[in-house]
Amino acid sequence: MTAQLRPSPAACPACVAVPAQPARPVPEDVQIALSLPGIHCSACISTVERALQAHPGVEDARVNLTLKRALIKAGPELRAADLIPVLERVGYEAHELDPGTLNATRTDRAGRDLLMRLAVAGFASMNVMLLSVSVWSGASDATRDMFHWISAAIAMPAIAFSGQPFFVSAWGALKAKRLNMDVPIVLAIVLALVTSLWETSLSGEHAYFDAALTLTFFLLAGRYLDYRTRAVARSAAEELAALEVPRAIRLQDGVETEVAVAQLAVGDLILVRPGGRMPVDGEIVEGRSELDRSLLTGETLPIFAEPGLVVSAGEVNLTGPLVIRASAVGQDTSLHRMADLVAIAESGRSRYTSLADSAAKLYAPGVHILSALSFVGWYLYSWDVRTALNIAAAVLIITCPCALGLAVPAVTTAASGRLFKRGMLIKHATALERLAEVDTVVFDKTGTLTAGTPELTNLGDHRRADMEVALALAEASSHPLSVAITRAARAAGLHPARIDDVTEVPGFGTEGIWQGQRVRLGRAAWVGAEQAAQTSAWLAVGDRAPVAFLFSDALRQGAEETVSGLKAAGKEVLLISGDTTGAVEALARRLGIETWMAEALPQDKADRVQALANAGKRVLMVGDGLNDTAALAAAHVSISPASALDAARVASDIVLLGTDLSPIAGACDTAVRATRRIRENFRIATVYNVIAVPLAVVGLCSPLIAALAMSTSSITVSLNALRLR
Amino acid sequence: MEVLTILIPISLILGAVGLLAFVYTVRSDQYDDPEGDARRILSGDWDDKPKP
Repeated sequence: MTAQLRPSPAACPACVAVPAQPARPVPEDVQIALSLPGIHCSACISTVERALQAHPGVEDARVNLTLKRALIKAGPELRAADLIPVLERVGYEAHELDPGTLNATRTDRAGRDLLMRLAVAGFASMNVMLLSVSVWSGASDATRDMFHWISAAIAMPAIAFSGQPFFVSAWGALKAKRLNMDVPIVLAIVLALVTSLWETSLSGEHAYFDAALTLTFFLLAGRYLDYRTRAVARSAAEELAALEVPRAIRLQDGVETEVAVAQLAVGDLILVRPGGRMPVDGEIVEGRSELDRSLLTGETLPIFAEPGLVVSAGEVNLTGPLVIRASAVGQDTSLHRMADLVAIAESGRSRYTSLADSAAKLYAPGVHILSALSFVGWYLYSWDVRTALNIAAAVLIITCPCALGLAVPAVTTAASGRLFKRGMLIKHATALERLAEVDTVVFDKTGTLTAGTPELTNLGDHRRADMEVALALAEASSHPLSVAITRAARAAGLHPARIDDVTEVPGFGTEGIWQGQRVRLGRAAWVGAEQAAQTSAWLAVGDRAPVAFLFSDALRQGAEETVSGLKAAGKEVLLISGDTTGAVEALARRLGIETWMAEALPQDKADRVQALANAGKRVLMVGDGLNDTAALAAAHVSISPASALDAARVASDIVLLGTDLSPIAGACDTAVRATRRIRENFRIATVYNVIAVPLAVVGLCSPLIAALAMSTSSITVSLNALRLR
Repeated sequence: MEVLTILIPISLILGAVGLLAFVYTVRSDQYDDPEGDARRILSGDWDDKPKP
């Protein structure tokens, strides 16, 4: 059964072209990556692995359930397209992923590095704590000194290794003459080590080796959580990008070659099949078809395409094959220029100060002043540098932002995890905080509130015979309007009429002979009718006046609930679209949106969002098209569906992974609660400081109290974060 | 107190062994798919002999 799936050389166009390429390197084993959104259990793992391994040419297959991916090592002749049907036969949806795009995440060096440092700090602090507990429970004289020396021998190298992220960041901040959270951290760690060494060499009573290590451990834990959240979001975002395998079909002396889009050059002839997306900007040289520009302009009506028409990358070819001559490739395409605009708009957003940053701005100078004051105070009181330095170190350790460092990452990790399970991907670190402040929501129409697939609205208006003819003609075409007619007619229980000589005329429609008369289904001008304002297809039977089939855009799943949910939560909802007034007004009325704006150019959208922002509103922009990208970047926070163009996804802070819109309303709620938890955590950390700092300043804080206070506050903060539902 | 000369090295060695074991698990990619690994233990595949 699997034998027939072996790719025969003649069946694949790329294989035919292989001999034409000179000096091709010896084929090596290939890595194929497949995305498997449907797997969820141990049975899935073994079914998928067994099915893949049974396929000839597969050397090894391993499923990663966490990432919902399969990595396959295969012989050189095997391609992902051969394996997808294998998995579909055992009941799993599979998509090819571009291994080149995924490679970046596979070796996660930074994460592993952080984990190693965390482990070293953890194990070292356990050992030192063992010795410290013996000291606290009464070890004295030579024994205590020995314990302190052993602690020092463990703590010094352990901190030198695991504290590096803090040292580097603090040094960077100081070089730029700024203060960040890491400066007091490094100062506390270094001062604790120095005074403890000094105390130990004088066989003193108090040493803070354990405090310095636990501090490093807790702070690294916060940093690692933060990193994990972002790495998960990044790898999922990369997976979305990798889903669009960038390939194009290049025509060379009449031979079709499948090449990577990156290899295309200006002047190349490129074949775009129906359903395919324009890989580059260019001009049509051959073929007639219709183009769907909705992702670029928001218009739902397809435009007619014929030789001479200029096309932009990102437009979708609907009916007939087109040959285009590339006029701009790669970075020069209009798609990329738009993405550059976004980068400029985004730099404005980075002005947002996160809660953690504003806390650090208050906190860092305060801690330094407090510690310096207690040093000066004690020095003036006792004229003893050693005592004064000890107190100053104790103050720094007690106030060290252990809980502060965990307060934000623990909550965002919990919240991002919850939202990810509901199908939302938080891409930006401060997106949750910004989402919590939103009071105005701006929606794009085409592809966002609507699914981008047309729906037949006037099925009942036609005679049964007309419908049967239309169904027969529609079934011969894969044009979206034909598909919509087929779906509606089949659902109504109709059967197609018998029609002979059915042919599709790309760019115009389908025609055939029915009961001796010519019948046509297609564009208004082609069948001899006036173009209607609404999306329509016309049916002409013989010489009878043509009848119109009218379409509206189908609503996206969850659109109604989302709009009503957001309005119920007291948010203002707006609709801004590039589509015609009639279509936008109809949708606005259907969803109960009072404020709407039609025929908006990309700049209009961005200006409107900017105007709202200037009026003091916090705008959430939800959009998917290229015409939305500037508005997405200008908004306070932005969401785009996974079906959006790459440029729009890059510009937005949050990506909706499923087709359903309804998680949006819930996400606003989760964001508000997450921000409340973060503030709560700050308060917990402050309360603990208010209690512990006076003890440290008056010199009553022993290393035991410091260790207890630090661990308690860190654990309280983490547990509080986990309460988030 | 002589017992300390034995106990302290033991505690240090145990700590080092723990750390080395952890470093080994990180190096050999054992945290790449925590969810999958948790479920693989339930499947009967390769119970008799290890995967070649």
